[in-house]
Parts: sequence; structure tokens; C-alpha cells
Amino acid sequence: MKAPSFAYAKPGTLPQVFDLLERHGDGAKILAGGQSLLASLNLRLSSPELLIDITGLPGLNGIRIADGKVRIGALTTHRQIEQSSEIAEHLPLLAQAVRHVAHVAIRNVGTIGGSFALADPAAEYPACAVALDATVVLAGSKGERRVKARDFFRSLYETALVPGEIVTAVEFDAIRPNFRSVFLELARRQGDYAIVGLAAHAKADGSRFSDVRLAFLGAGATPVLAGNAMASLEGKPCSADVVAAAKEALAEDLDPPKDLTTSSAAKLHLARVLTGRALAALSQ
Amino acid sequence: MGKAELPLHAPGTKTGRGYIGQSTPRANAKRLLQGRGTFVDDLRLPRIAHAVFFRSPHAHARIGKLDFSTALKAPGVIGVFDGHAVAEYCKPWVGVLGHLKGIKSPPQHAVAIGRACWQGEAVAAVVAETRAQAEDAADLIEAEWHELPVVTDMQAALEGKVVIHPELGDNICFQRQFVTEGFDEAFANADVVVEETYDFGRHTGVCTEGRAILADYNAAEHTLTVHHATQAPHMMQDIFSRHLDIPESNVRVICRDIGGSFGIKVHVYPDEMATAALSVMLRRPVKFVADRLESFLTDIHAREHRVTVRLACTRDGDIIAFDLDDLTAIGPYSVYPRTSGIEGNQVVNLTGGPYRHKQYRANMRAVFTNKNVTCQYRAVGHPIAVALTEGVVDIAARKLGMDPAEFRRRNLIADDAYPYTFPSGIKFEKLSHHQCLDKLLALMDYERLRAEQAALREKGIHRGLGLAAMIEVTNPSPAFYGVGGARISAQDGATLRLDPAGMVNVLCSVTEQGQGTEGIFAQIAASVVGVSVERVRVTTGDTGVTPYGGGTWASRGAGTGGEAVLQAGKILRSNILDVAAAMLNEDKAKLDIVNNEVVDKLTGAAKATLAEIGRVAYFRPDTLPMRFQSELTVTRHYTPREYGFTFTNGIQASWVEVDVETGFVKLLKHWCVEDCGTIINPMLVDEQIRGGVVQGIGAALFEECLYGEDGQLQNGNLADYLVPMAGEMPDIVVGHVETPTLGSELGAKGAGEAGTAGASGAVMNAINDALAPLGAQVTAMPFTPQRILEALGKA
Repeated sequence: MKAPSFAYAKPGTLPQVFDLLERHGDGAKILAGGQSLLASLNLRLSSPELLIDITGLPGLNGIRIADGKVRIGALTTHRQIEQSSEIAEHLPLLAQAVRHVAHVAIRNVGTIGGSFALADPAAEYPACAVALDATVVLAGSKGERRVKARDFFRSLYETALVPGEIVTAVEFDAIRPNFRSVFLELARRQGDYAIVGLAAHAKADGSRFSDVRLAFLGAGATPVLAGNAMASLEGKPCSADVVAAAKEALAEDLDPPKDLTTSSAAKLHLARVLTGRALAALSQ
Repeated sequence: MGKAELPLHAPGTKTGRGYIGQSTPRANAKRLLQGRGTFVDDLRLPRIAHAVFFRSPHAHARIGKLDFSTALKAPGVIGVFDGHAVAEYCKPWVGVLGHLKGIKSPPQHAVAIGRACWQGEAVAAVVAETRAQAEDAADLIEAEWHELPVVTDMQAALEGKVVIHPELGDNICFQRQFVTEGFDEAFANADVVVEETYDFGRHTGVCTEGRAILADYNAAEHTLTVHHATQAPHMMQDIFSRHLDIPESNVRVICRDIGGSFGIKVHVYPDEMATAALSVMLRRPVKFVADRLESFLTDIHAREHRVTVRLACTRDGDIIAFDLDDLTAIGPYSVYPRTSGIEGNQVVNLTGGPYRHKQYRANMRAVFTNKNVTCQYRAVGHPIAVALTEGVVDIAARKLGMDPAEFRRRNLIADDAYPYTFPSGIKFEKLSHHQCLDKLLALMDYERLRAEQAALREKGIHRGLGLAAMIEVTNPSPAFYGVGGARISAQDGATLRLDPAGMVNVLCSVTEQGQGTEGIFAQIAASVVGVSVERVRVTTGDTGVTPYGGGTWASRGAGTGGEAVLQAGKILRSNILDVAAAMLNEDKAKLDIVNNEVVDKLTGAAKATLAEIGRVAYFRPDTLPMRFQSELTVTRHYTPREYGFTFTNGIQASWVEVDVETGFVKLLKHWCVEDCGTIINPMLVDEQIRGGVVQGIGAALFEECLYGEDGQLQNGNLADYLVPMAGEMPDIVVGHVETPTLGSELGAKGAGEAGTAGASGAVMNAINDALAPLGAQVTAMPFTPQRILEALGKA
């Protein structure tokens, strides 16, 4: 299948992007790495009038560490994140997660900004961002604004972006001492969409859980923060009973949609298995 | 020249020397790797037009008004045509064969007329100057649909409350019943009877290159040249001729490079026939390339079976009988010309195949459903027959408390029992089950793995070991299709020509799909004539050029085409020596050809290069004796005759770890020992086996065409239809036993389907071996985490 015809623009500045977005409205789509957009064009699932290629914009690419924050520009590719020693040191959750994002050829082009803007509930970064309480930086003609990841992902492929805005960066708190991160997912083939995945983060000294964050992917219309399970763990000893209770509490947190081969019940079971494994790793 | 990685002389071969048995690199690999292949879609012809098909969104619907008015006005559109318009240029076909008694199927048109019977069936064709323009125009077609009741479930199809083709009376396309005399007594007297029901998911072969055709009709000559991604150019020549009403000699089918076939590209596809018809209608070249979505909707599917199998044995562990009940769904039409009855027929033929029981009963029904058609895909029927046989054999062994390897050793047909007639009526020339089993157990270190498995079970790690013995149909005789009235050739031909420069040109009717056929023909020709392999050029895939023959299917290329090359080579060698004898005025018996030169047979002294022979024969025949005529082009043909099929055998093993919390299966290692007779190129044979094993693993763990009850394909893309990928594949260890067939001088049997035949059964048995201590087992392929969790009571 061939993509339907579209116009193409490659602006050099953000104001030019905003101008194009204003003029074309819903008819325009932002093209960054093209990881998902090009496939949807070539399947004729999407037929925009205009593609606005933002890869020529200055300042949106790269990883900056300052004041305990890690700022990742929207055009930073998965491969850059994968190969970054700074990410490995300061954001081990993302470093673990990125290896599950598709395959190297795709990681070479796909960007973090694209992953956030698309808001696929099966994607890895959104769950990490919710687990780490990251901030998404948006820009539009009226200026810049910051939205917490948990508020950014509204529904299936729906975000807090308003018409005319684009994602310019994502900011994370760098990992603090005594905290640990674990990213786990179950995909039938390496690089596939996960049946279910878990971004977990906690302070753990081997005896007690605190500040536990459990965010699931593939388990709802957005990344799902497992509030009941998290609450059940807070301040509790790292014991089998406590872990079992947290797994039990997941029933209140998750109502995973079935996929082509996996039932909702099986997904909940798998989410519990991942929870047990993540908590074991966090409490080691 | 390739480095000899294995002994120069393959045991058993009679050719005596040369490249046979060596892993000689094939000449076309470098060209393909450099991106210099020429596939159908690479061809550029003047005035080429592009066909796109408007396909039914419904699984079963009457076609009301088709409104092309807007589409016809779209930019670049040359024409838009419905089924009636195309039918004026292309006669419908019926996919039946005379020797499949009672098989029935309605006439099928290139573009559906009046009714669509599966989602994806073409109901209109758009031809435009570019593919994109044709797709734009197809989006503008307005169709009125009247939905009809949909039959997707096999059992419902069998019961026939809704009959898809009322004129046929019921939904049964083909059935076969079979029973040996004494079957009932065998079961009545058995000490142990075990039974299980297995489900096999519908899946497909995913070729790197999609189906592709470029048809170029020339009105001045009334000729049709078809550039086609097909395995069987001569068969297609005949079909284009008969259905488009063009004399056979006016049709030329050319296959340049082909990006994988696996049986997908050996069938008649409505959209391809329509493309050829449109070329005739429009008097210009018309191209159609199936995109990936179209491939999933319209490339043949295979395998959807539900089978109940029973095995009877004595308390000592002797198998005495098998009982098979197979129900398979084939879509709304039997595929032309091979029919969709063959897979079920093969399951009947092959079930229980490796074992020495005498009693057998089979009942098989192939039913119509409103899903895409199914037909022959790599290993046709074998994966079903092997998995259900080996599954129930393991259940029997478990019930008897016998080690599964020992149980097989006890029951496999003895290596000295041949020729042997199996209860289903098929005949084996010579098989080597016990040699293969012994070699496999040694290769895998069976006892050590069993010890490791037991030790790990103590630690809660669940590993499993699965065996799957198999027999495989290769080198079919005309008994496969020809006797049923199909114009499908079981014979193949090869022409060998010595060129003036001393090069050997080979033309062969077997085709190259990427598997290395041309490479092995070069090896055989070089070995037989006495030249180095880089002095051989091979041309295949052109009905205007090569001898007539069947092409590539049923693991026959090496065995039939290779023998034709060998026989032509022997005569060419003799004819070259005739020229040399005349030229040198010497006794032919004292001459030989070694390493591109005519030499003295006794002393090895060089007498003349082949280039010198060529120069004299072609340019200075005036220097040869007056009555001497050189004959440096030789054609020979070969048909397997003595046996209906040249059966091969082998055995596979799979070693897996099942994560009993998640239901995930990790493939740790896989072994295959098989006997394809003479091995011409060990590297190519091993890679055929490995590629086949991977496709078998795909069936076991990943691949399934998932249809909803409404007959909609739910996963027709490569994100949702999971093909096996390198990351999940285990190391695959390949071993061989060589029992050459005596039906040919080359002795080669087929190797292309062995891997696929046995792998899924081996993986199934390995998973069930891992699950056995937990009292669980799985019987429905593919073995998804969901199904394994269900078996464990966890989902």
C-alpha cells in the first residue's frame, strides 16, 4: 500500500511550527522519527494534509543533567537513550526500559517525544514517566507549560496536548540514593508490544518498602499507577505476606483490556507475577 | 572454489567425485546480498499500468450495485472493472482432482461475480498509471453489500445449517475414510488405549517478497509474457493459456529472482489471473504486487485442523493401531489446480508413519468456511500428522511408564524392513529411523539432559524434552497430481551446453526461490562434466528457454532436477570426449575430463583445454574428420517412477523451559537428524532444515491467523501476526544419515520440508514433558502464554 498524498514542511524554528499548526489545524501531523506515523501512513490509517517534520529544529535533541534533574529533549532517539551513560547512571528505569522498545533499527529513528505524543498505552516510556512522576514539557505559540506525566496521559492515544502544541522535552528527577528501579515486561517476542509490563521504583533497604511506585503498561487505556497496591506496601516489611497482599490489591487497581491472545484475567495474573518479581528485585 | 568443509565424496553417491557433498558457496548469494537481485517489482516496462483490487470487507455478502463513477474520474485511472468484465477475458476454474474421489468445489472467477465468500476476496479491479493513483481510486468505489450468514466454525460447517454453496448440497469439500481389515479387533484386544484431541491453528507462509506479477500482452503477436513470482512457471504457462485462451506456445512465464515461496507461490490466485486478463484487455503491461495486508487476506493459509487420535498398544509397549479423525477447514473454494484436499489427504497418509503397527483407521473431512482459502504450504499435512502421532505416542509412553525414546525405539520400523508398505497404503523404499534415533540421542546427550531436567525440577525449574519422529513425502511421481488430471509435471529437464570458451551453461526447469537450487545444479554439472564450479552458469525460471518441468514444490528440486542435470552432464561429457578424440585423433576411451581439461586417463597429462575443444567444435569444425558432427548441447529429463513418493525420514528434539508462572516458553535448543539421501551441499541442506524448523516453531508458539466469528481477520499485519524471529530461536543442531534413493543415480531425496514437518510436534512434546509433573498439558497450537496458563489453571 502507498501512503495517501500529503504536503511536507520542514521548519527551522518553533514559531514556524506553531504557525503551520495554526494554519492547518487537525490536517497537520508532526513528524519526528516516524516510528508509528510512517507505518500508519503506509497502511492508510492516517491521511494528513501536511507533515511537519520537526527534525530540523535546534535544541530539541539531547540529554541534560542539572540540579538533580534529567531533561531529555523530544527529538532524542531511543538509541541515544540506550547508549547514554548518564541515563544508565541517573535514570536506570529508563535504561532498562529502552531495551524493550522495538528493535535497533527502529530505536535509531524513534524519539522520546514521539512516544509521549502518541501515548500508546503499551509503550514503555509513559509507564516509566508515571512511575517516576516525570514532567512533560509542552510548547505552543502562547509559550511553554509543564504537565505531570500522570496528568498528561488522558486516555487511549489522548494527551493533555492542546491544538497547536508539541512536546519539547521530558524531565525526570535523577534517581536518589537508596532508591531502586526495576523495569519488567512480558512480550512474546523481543521488541513486541508487551502483553503487560511494569515500571517499578522504590526506596528499599532490604527490610521495608517505602515510596513504592508501580506503573503498568498494557494494562489500561493509559499507564496505570497501582495506587492500592502501592499503599498496601508503604512502610511494610519486605515479607511474602506483604507482597502477596500487594498482588491481591492489584485487582482494585487494574482492569486490563484483553488483547488478541490474552484474556483480562490472564493479564491480571501476569501483572501480579511481575509485581512479585519486581518487589523481590527492589528488596534485595 | 568453495572450501571443502566435509569429505569430498558423499557416502553412497555414484557420481564419484567433484563438488557433491561440499558446501560450495552459491553464485547468486553475493548478487542478492549486494541488492542486485531482479524481482518482479524491479522491472520497468514502457506503458506499464498498475492494478489494485477493491476487496470485500465482508466474509460473506451479496454484491449489490458497484458504483465506479467517481473512481473512474480519479487522476491516472485507466479503467475500473467488475467480475463480469474480467470474466470476458478469463474463464473460471474449479479446484478438483480426479484421484481425490468426490472432491467438489464451485467455479471460481478471477474477480468475484455476484457474491463475496471471504473477507479480502477481490470484487473489482482498478488500473491506473501508478499504484498510488490506483489505490486512491479504489477508495472511491462505492459498493452496496447485502450481508449473508457467515460460517467460520468447522463443526458448524460440517453440520451444514448454513450451506455456503447451496448448489453443492453441503459444506463438505472432500472426505476420505479408510480402515484396515482387523482394525476393530486390534482396538478390542489392546491392553492400553490412549486418546487425545489436538487443535492446529490456521497460519500462513510469510514470504519476504509478496506475490507479484507483471503481465505483458502483445496484441500484434497474440503473445503473453508474464513476469511472475511463481514456483511453477510451466504450470502457470498452461493455466494462462487455457484460461485466457491464448495458445500455450504464445505464453511465456519468466521468473527472475523470487523472495521465498514455501508453497505460497505455487497456486492460482484470482488477483494474479485478473492482472493477466487486464493486460490482455488493455493491451499493455499490467503489474500487481500484493502488499502485506493483501498477503494476509489472500495468500493461501494452511493447517486449520481439529483432530482426535487414538493409539492402541500392548502392555509391553508395542503399538498395534492408530485411529484418526480429522476435521479441517479450507475456506470457501478448493484452490486451483492442486486443490485444498491434499493437506487432509496427507494427514490420512502419514499419521503413525514412522511406526510398525498394522492396523489403521482414518476419517477426514475438509469443509468450506467463509475465511480465506487454505492450500499447500511447506510440509503440507506433515506437521499435523507428526504432532498428533508424536503427541499420542508420548501419552502412551507416559501411561506405560516407558521412556519416550525407548518407546519409540521399540516401535519404529526396523532399518532392515524395507521395502515396506504402510497400513495407509504408502510405500517406503528405504528409511533409517533407528540410525536417526541413535544419532539424535547421541548428538543431544539424551541421558545427561534427562539428569539435568530431574535436578532442575527439584529447584522448581520446569524443563522439557520432546521428540518427534517423522516421515516426509519428497520427489513425488505423477501419482501426486498428474494422475488426477492436473497438468502439473512431475518430471524435470535439464539442458547442458558447452560454450566456445569452455564454460558449461545449464538450463533447468526447476526454479530458484532463494533456496540455492541453481547452486546445487552448478555443483552437479561441474562434478559430472569435470569443470570447476565457477565455469558453470545456471539459468532457471523461463518457459521460453528451459526444458519443460514441474518447478519447485514437494521437496523435489534436487532429486528430480538434479538427476536431469546429472544425466545430461554425463552425455555432454561423453560428447566433449568425442570431439576431443576426433580432434586429437586418439581413442576416446583413453581420455578423461579433469579440472577443465581433456587429459590422458592413465597419465593425467593435459591434452586440450575445454576452451580449445569449444573453439574447434564451433569455429573450426572443418579441421575435424569429414563425417564428424559435434553435439555439445544435451538435454535429459527425469521422472521418479518406482515409488509414488521418495519418502525420507528423520527425528527432531526440542529442549525448552516453561515459566510456569507466566506461561512463557523459552526454547533452549533444537536438534534434527534427517535422511535426505545424497547430500549435495551440506550447508544448503542444513539451512533448509533450520529454516524449516523455524517455520515449525512458528506454528508451535507464534503464528495464527485469528478470525472473529464474523469472519474478519483480526491480525493481518506483522505487528499482530507473530512470525518467529531470531531473538527467540534456539541453536538448531542438524545431523544427517545418508540413505540414497536407488531410483536415481544421484540418490538425492528432498530436504526442504523436513524441518517444518517435525518441529512443532517436538516443541509440543517438550512443553508437555515440562508440564507433566504439574498434571497439565497443552494440545492447541500455537501454545500461547494464555493457553499454557489455562492448562495450569492460572488463567
